[in-house]
Amino acid sequence: MASEEVTTVRARPEPIKAVPVRHPGRWILVAVLAVLAAMFVHVLVTNKAFNWSFMVDKMFRPPIIEGLLRGTVLMTVLAMLIGVVLGVLVAIMRLSDNPILRGVGWLYTWFFRAVPRLVLLAVFGNIGILWSRIEFGVPFDTQLGQLFGIDNLQLRLFGFSSRDIITGFMAGLLGLALSEAAYMAEIVRAGIQSVDGGQTEAAQALGMSRGQLLRRVVLPQAMRVIIPPTGNETIAMLKDTSLLLYVPVTVELFFQLDAVGKRTFQIFPMYVAACLWYLFLTSILLVGQHYLERHFGKGYGPTAQARDRLRTMAAQQGGGGAQ
Amino acid sequence: MSELTVPAQAGAPAAESGLMVQAEQVHKSFGHLEVLKGIDLEVRSGEVCCLLGPSGSGKSTFLRCINHLEKINAGSIRVDGELIGYREHGGKLHELRQKEVAAQRRSIGMVFQRFNLFPHMTALENVIEAPVRVKREAKVAARERAESLLARVGLGDKMGNYPGQLSGGQQQRVAIARALAMQPKLMLFDEPTSALDPELVGEVLDVMKDLARDGMTMIVVTHEIGFAREVGDRLVFMDGGVVVEQGNPREVIANPVHDRTKAFLAKVL
Repeated sequence: MASEEVTTVRARPEPIKAVPVRHPGRWILVAVLAVLAAMFVHVLVTNKAFNWSFMVDKMFRPPIIEGLLRGTVLMTVLAMLIGVVLGVLVAIMRLSDNPILRGVGWLYTWFFRAVPRLVLLAVFGNIGILWSRIEFGVPFDTQLGQLFGIDNLQLRLFGFSSRDIITGFMAGLLGLALSEAAYMAEIVRAGIQSVDGGQTEAAQALGMSRGQLLRRVVLPQAMRVIIPPTGNETIAMLKDTSLLLYVPVTVELFFQLDAVGKRTFQIFPMYVAACLWYLFLTSILLVGQHYLERHFGKGYGPTAQARDRLRTMAAQQGGGGAQ
Repeated sequence: MSELTVPAQAGAPAAESGLMVQAEQVHKSFGHLEVLKGIDLEVRSGEVCCLLGPSGSGKSTFLRCINHLEKINAGSIRVDGELIGYREHGGKLHELRQKEVAAQRRSIGMVFQRFNLFPHMTALENVIEAPVRVKREAKVAARERAESLLARVGLGDKMGNYPGQLSGGQQQRVAIARALAMQPKLMLFDEPTSALDPELVGEVLDVMKDLARDGMTMIVVTHEIGFAREVGDRLVFMDGGVVVEQGNPREVIANPVHDRTKAFLAKVL
């Protein structure tokens, strides 16, 4: 009681007016950066090798735009779709009780993470050398036939000419999607393992099957951990479509720019054009990723946690304020 | 198919023998550490059995064995006459498939120390989830029962709230409603009030008392001596993986026979 009276009597002190700390280092840094920026602009403007007008003239030509839409954008979308679905499957295999599935899952991620993407794409691009036809049937059929004295035994169920199905686009898609699945599997596995074990136990105690508890309880909670790195993977995938040059996939942005450069002996301007196109495309994805993370981080970020604490306190005090 | 296994089991159902849980010589080891060293326990239908004991005495582990969250190494556990986790066939024990174990768990409700509500679902969705997905009940019927269950635990006005927006006591009451929604014949409580602030313990215990009055068979691992004395039909004191002493809660608490029970009660009372 007494202290309350004292505080009401005493006048509120003046707001503090102090001389702020000076940062001379920042001004020196700004000066240095300004000089460097001027030098960079000087090169861009004066060096004739950039050939800006040639670059602008060529970089919006129809074959290049078609390559951008099909070889870069469409390929990224398809490879990520297949990669995510397959990655979830491989992750579930790796966390399975079944030792055989676990082994297969491990083997898959080991192989596709150990072989560089560029090499993988070169291999898939030349897979036609292995078979002129791709057929499915009993393995070692001819050899088994010889064992039992049957000449040239063929137990094939169906087949295709490899040129029909393994086009450049298909080979590239297969290479990128299969390798992406291995990385996604690791991301999904980390996400699943981040979910509290009590959640699985509660679901089991309610009599849920393994599939139900994964689908309904664990995966929805794992999404928060899975989504941000998946955004990064998508951006990386968009850039890695430039590796399709080595399959080769002809209807693709970098292949087209490279071809124009080599044909016209204006290599550098076309590579600058490639830089600008990829900068533009990844910037769009970065904006998308920002909003996606904000959406999936709901109720979990530091501010959201503070909000939840406030709600809990209100709830404990019996206040109806908690929304 | 899994539905059939429940009533088709041999053994005496609770209605005849009056026994809901029969545990015989239950042993459980984690690696080299033997946590349960031969537990014998019988719980009658409608009985409230409180498990008491120091931490590490194996009471939570035993509770988790009853719905097969832990596999026992020796002995047997029967719930309502049905052997848990195994099938006897031709004088041999066969492990049950995951589906069959899940079917057995449907009729055994469990409440955890850390609530373990599903954080991405509202209170109502938490309660509806298992009846709709596991028992394939119609959504409307499940929803109606969930609403009346939540009202019964005093949360009729919090159905749309996410667990993160509820206090610990409220979360635990939702968890009890979630377990009851499966219409279990046995409820297991694993230290249901240990993670709660002291002033929130009462509201959870009140719900449990209400449940006991309705004749639910309950096994409660707890440190709440008052609850055991007031609501419990039997108190089982465990230490070092064995049952040291059991009997009427009031008598055991007032006149413990065994030295270890005396020492424990002297510390907690």
